[in-house]
This record gives sequence, structure tokens and C-alpha cells, in this order.
Amino acid sequence: MVHPSRKRDYKLISRLIRDFNGDVLTVPGRVIALIFVFVLLLFPLANNDPHILRILIMANIYVVFAVSWDLLSGYTGQMNLGHALFFGVAAYVAALLNIHYGLDPWLTIPIGGVAAAIAGLLVCLPALRLRGPYLALVTLALPFVAVAIVLLFKSTTNGDMGLYGIGRIFSSFEDPRDNMIVTYFFSLVMMLPSVLIMWKLTDARSSIVRLGIIFHAIREDEIAARACGINTVRYKFIAFAVGGFFAGIAGGFYAHFLRVVNPQDTLGVFLSFEVIMYTVFGGICSIYGAVAGVYFARAFVWDYLLTDVVEVDVGIKRMSLAIIMVLVLLFMPQGIAVWIRDKIEKTCPRCKLNNAFFRRNCRACGAELHVVKKKSIAPDMSSG
Amino acid sequence: MIEGILINGLVKAGLYALLATGFSLIFGVTRIINLAHTALYMLAAYGLYYFGQELGLSLGVSIALALVVTVIIGALTYKLFIERIREHHMTVLLITLAFAIIFEEAMAREFSRDAVTVPSFISGYWEVAGVKVLIQRWLALGTAFVALIGLWLLLTKTKLGTAIRAAGQDAEVANLMGINVPRTFLITAGLAATLAAISGIVIGPTLGVVPHMWTDPLIMVMAIVVLGGLGSLKGSVIAAFILAYVEVIVCYSFPEHCYMSRAIALGAMILTLMVRPEGLFGTSFEEERL
Repeated sequence: MVHPSRKRDYKLISRLIRDFNGDVLTVPGRVIALIFVFVLLLFPLANNDPHILRILIMANIYVVFAVSWDLLSGYTGQMNLGHALFFGVAAYVAALLNIHYGLDPWLTIPIGGVAAAIAGLLVCLPALRLRGPYLALVTLALPFVAVAIVLLFKSTTNGDMGLYGIGRIFSSFEDPRDNMIVTYFFSLVMMLPSVLIMWKLTDARSSIVRLGIIFHAIREDEIAARACGINTVRYKFIAFAVGGFFAGIAGGFYAHFLRVVNPQDTLGVFLSFEVIMYTVFGGICSIYGAVAGVYFARAFVWDYLLTDVVEVDVGIKRMSLAIIMVLVLLFMPQGIAVWIRDKIEKTCPRCKLNNAFFRRNCRACGAELHVVKKKSIAPDMSSG
Repeated sequence: MIEGILINGLVKAGLYALLATGFSLIFGVTRIINLAHTALYMLAAYGLYYFGQELGLSLGVSIALALVVTVIIGALTYKLFIERIREHHMTVLLITLAFAIIFEEAMAREFSRDAVTVPSFISGYWEVAGVKVLIQRWLALGTAFVALIGLWLLLTKTKLGTAIRAAGQDAEVANLMGINVPRTFLITAGLAATLAAISGIVIGPTLGVVPHMWTDPLIMVMAIVVLGGLGSLKGSVIAAFILAYVEVIVCYSFPEHCYMSRAIALGAMILTLMVRPEGLFGTSFEEERL
């Protein structure tokens, strides 16, 4: 006789396994994501070249940054062209705390994140009044104001030169190689939970957190959302605070990893555009799109293919990346990851569940997935 | 000092107004944030250098060639790339940015990253109220003035102008009224490219022509367009004057803090938008549901 509570435990575990089998392994996109996480976790076993690890750590930082932009601008539709503001604020806060008060990275990074979240709340104040392109341009202008403030307080921030000599993430081992490996794992410890949290927060089908569906509603039609009784002001504040917080986490990690914080690299307009570039390239308004965009465009194409495999100067690199972007977006305007997902997954027309592309019937409700288009009576020239 | 502020501000505002109206035109009519707009201005300046200095053509011919080539590049980019993805707003933003980078790097490869100089059309100074200003700058101001008047006449007095404004207000209804909207959009893109090219040609000789000269005015141009109100050309011109004068006044009053001028101008824009979120002359949000 098994104790009832134990029985509940078995039930829970068996339910988890069943869910895993049924809901993860049957959908190609989720299998790919799972494999990807395992590859990231086991990567140092296969290759511990510090150069490659460095590329991946930078990619992890950019992933958090890009996903936070996606949460704010992709989901809520609050087009933010100055996301570097949050990154820079957190980087400066973390760097100053570390240099002047000697706080450790595990403290300065979250404090930087909180500072960026406060910055997000402040940015949200004008954002409540502005819409669309107006908001985009105001947010674009804000990092410039921040750079001016940095330059104004030259004695604290060291002006154009920036702050340097910031403490490392991890430096207890003798061998810098080992330090790099540990730093790599720390970057994963930062990146994986951040992305998971943001992914769960924006999940439109979640029954626990209503955030995702409300963000969609605000983006699609704010007036209609307000008419439905949604306090759009509160949710915009939440979006800005959460987006700012995670961008700040990325910024703080960046400060401790590169150990240099200067206005051009952390508050520059190109950083803001870069994050949009990766996210739109991978697929806007889908968390995995931002992840895929960063790993593909930044880590693979920019840092590996154009730096290590074919060694070209920066000009050619920028030009090749721009040409790749144009060509890819021309044929997949919704982004590369979303395009691939649409190819390997099929949404059930009845219950809206995602299925593998090779299935004929939906795995849950059994509805036919590939409904053959009936021949229209009028001759259709386009379909041939 | 007052004369200096007035005259330098006027000249600066002329350039800003010329660039901003082009940006505002394509933004207001086709709803495209064209980040490659100022890249066309850079291309035109390089065109003038290439045809005039490297090929040694006469001034008139090289101006005409630079103008035509830039407009063709602008129109082709719109027709071949931007038009088919027009409804994906962020993708358009990204593609125009990518094109700006491609243009910049192409020029950097062809002419190196160092500044090249284009001789002024007319050399020398012209002194007004004790302030010496290059005649080329006065020429730029005059050209800007003529171009803006021309644009205003085109938009208000001709059938094409009416079609452009109609397509900008409501593309679907304009289509129903028998206006060829895709063609009108293409013409608008060409017009915007023309304005960018004109400013590049007249301003190029007063600055060193460098591949990255498009980034600097881009931010100000976008700020001006938003401050003036989307799609309002009158608003763009007035906002150009406001922001140019703010910059010049800051630079003149605090010469040691000249680097702050841009941030203060942008701060002024943010504050104005807080009071009037739709810009100075834009339609309010209640009227227009985006």
C-alpha cells in the first residue's frame, strides 16, 4: 500500500514524463530547442578554445539583450529604437559599484538590472503619451541624452575614455583557459533562466501569467484592449520594467566580461540598431527568433564565418552582413527562425496546437492538418 | 554674437529642412522609415566628386549626373526591395539600414575612408552683418529655399501632388478613386531621393565628403520630422528651424559644451512631444488610427 501523497508524487512524475513525450518530443521546434540547450551546456567538453568560448559568451549576452527587446517592442509593440539606454545604464551602474565600492559581480549585475528597470519605468512615462513612430524617435533620442550626461560628469564616468579595470566575472583559477570555461558557464546561468522567464512571461497560451496575451492585445489594438477592461498603462509599465531589467542584466554582464564601459559601445545608436537587426533577422515577436538571430547573425556569420574562416576587414564584414540581411529578409520577411518553424511545424486548424510537418492528423484532436484546397470555380492564374 | 547665431542657424536650418522634408515626404506618404535617406545624400556628394574630380566633367554635367544617378539608385532600391515587404514595418527599417551600410561600405572601398574634398561652385566669402559665411553655404540655403517652394507647388498645385497627398492620407481609398497607388509611391520615393540628392550636392562642397557622413544628420532629421508632426511638410520646416537654432545657440553660448548641443536639441524635442504628443503640426491620434 503506497501512501497517498507518494502516489501523488508518482502521478506528478509520470505526468511530467508524459507531457515531455507528448508535448516536447512530438514538436520539431521544441526538439531543436532542447538539443540546442544541451549542445550549449556540453560545448566546452568538445571545444575549450578561449576564442570560441569568448564568441559564445558575447552571443549569450546579446541573446538576453535581444530577447528583452523582443519582449518590449516585439510583443507590446512599443517600438523602442534606443534599447541601448538600458544596457548602458546597467553597465555604468555595475561598473561604478564595482570600481568604487568593490561589490562583486553577483551583486552588481542584479543591481544594474534594477537600475535599468527603473530607467525603463522612467522611459515609460513619455511612452504612455506617445505612439508608433513618435515613441520610436523619442526612445532613439534618449541614449543621446544619456551620453551627454555621461560626458557632463567627466570626473565620475571618465567621459569618452570610459571606465576600465572592472572586476572579472570569475578569476579564481590560475589558468585563464579554466577561467574562461567557468565564465562561459556563468553566462549560461545568466542566459538560460532569463530567456526561460521571458519566454514563459510572453507565452500567450499560459493560464498562469496573463501577460503574453495582454501584450499581444496592446500591440494589435490598444484602444480595443482598453475597451476590454485591460489596464494598458499598468501592462506597459510592466513591459518596460521587465524589458529594461533583462537588458540591464545583459549590460551588467557585459561590463564585467569586457571590463571596459564606454559611451560609444554601451550607449551608442549602433548597439540599439544591432539588437533590432538580430531580432528581426531571426523573427520578431517570437522569443526563439531573437535567440536564433543572435547565434546565427552575430556568433556564426559575424564572429566566426567572417572573422575566422574568411579573414576580411571590418568594412567587407559589415557589407556582407548587410547583404545577407537584405537577401534573407527579402524572401523571409517574417524572419529566418519563424520561416523555418513554419516549414517544420503545422498549426492544427481546429485546436491551434503545433504539430510536426509530417503528421497527417492533429496529435490532440485528430483533425486533418493538411486540408486540400478545393478547386475554385474561377480559373486561378496565380496558383498555376 | 546675435548675428552669428541668426545667420549660422539659418544656414544650418536650410540643410536640415531640405533633408527632413524628403524624409517626411516618404514617411508621411508610404509610412516607410527610410534610414537610407541620408545615405542617398552621401551618395550624391560622392557622385559629384566622382564625375567632377575623377572623370573631370564640367560642373553642370557632373551635378546633373550625380542627381540622376542618386535618384535612380533611390527609386530602384524602393522598387526592387522595399516595395515587396512594405507591410512588415520593422523589416523595412532593417533593410533600409542595411542599404545605408552597403552604400557606406561601397563608397569606403571605392574612395577610401578618408575625406575627399569637392571644390565649391563659387569660392569666397560673403559678409553679412559682420559674419563671414561661404558663398557656397548661401547657395545651399538658396537652393533649399527654391527646392522647398518647388515641392510645395508640386504638392498643392498639380494633379500628381494631389495624388501623392491622397495616397498618403488613405492609400486604399485613393486606390478606389482611380489613383495608381504603387506608381504614386514610387514617384514619392523618387522625389524624396531627389531632395536628398540636392542637399548632398549643395552641401557636399562645404564639408569633407566621408563615407559615414550619413549617420550624423540622420538622427536630427528623424527628430525634426517627429517634432514637426508626421507627414506635415510645413511642420518639418519649422521644426528644422527650431532644432537648428537650439543647436547653434547652445554652441554659441557655451563653446566648451558644444558637444551637448545635440543632446539638448533632442531633449527639447522630447519635452515638446510630452506636451504635444502628435508633434507640432501632426494629426492627433484620435483622428488617425494607425
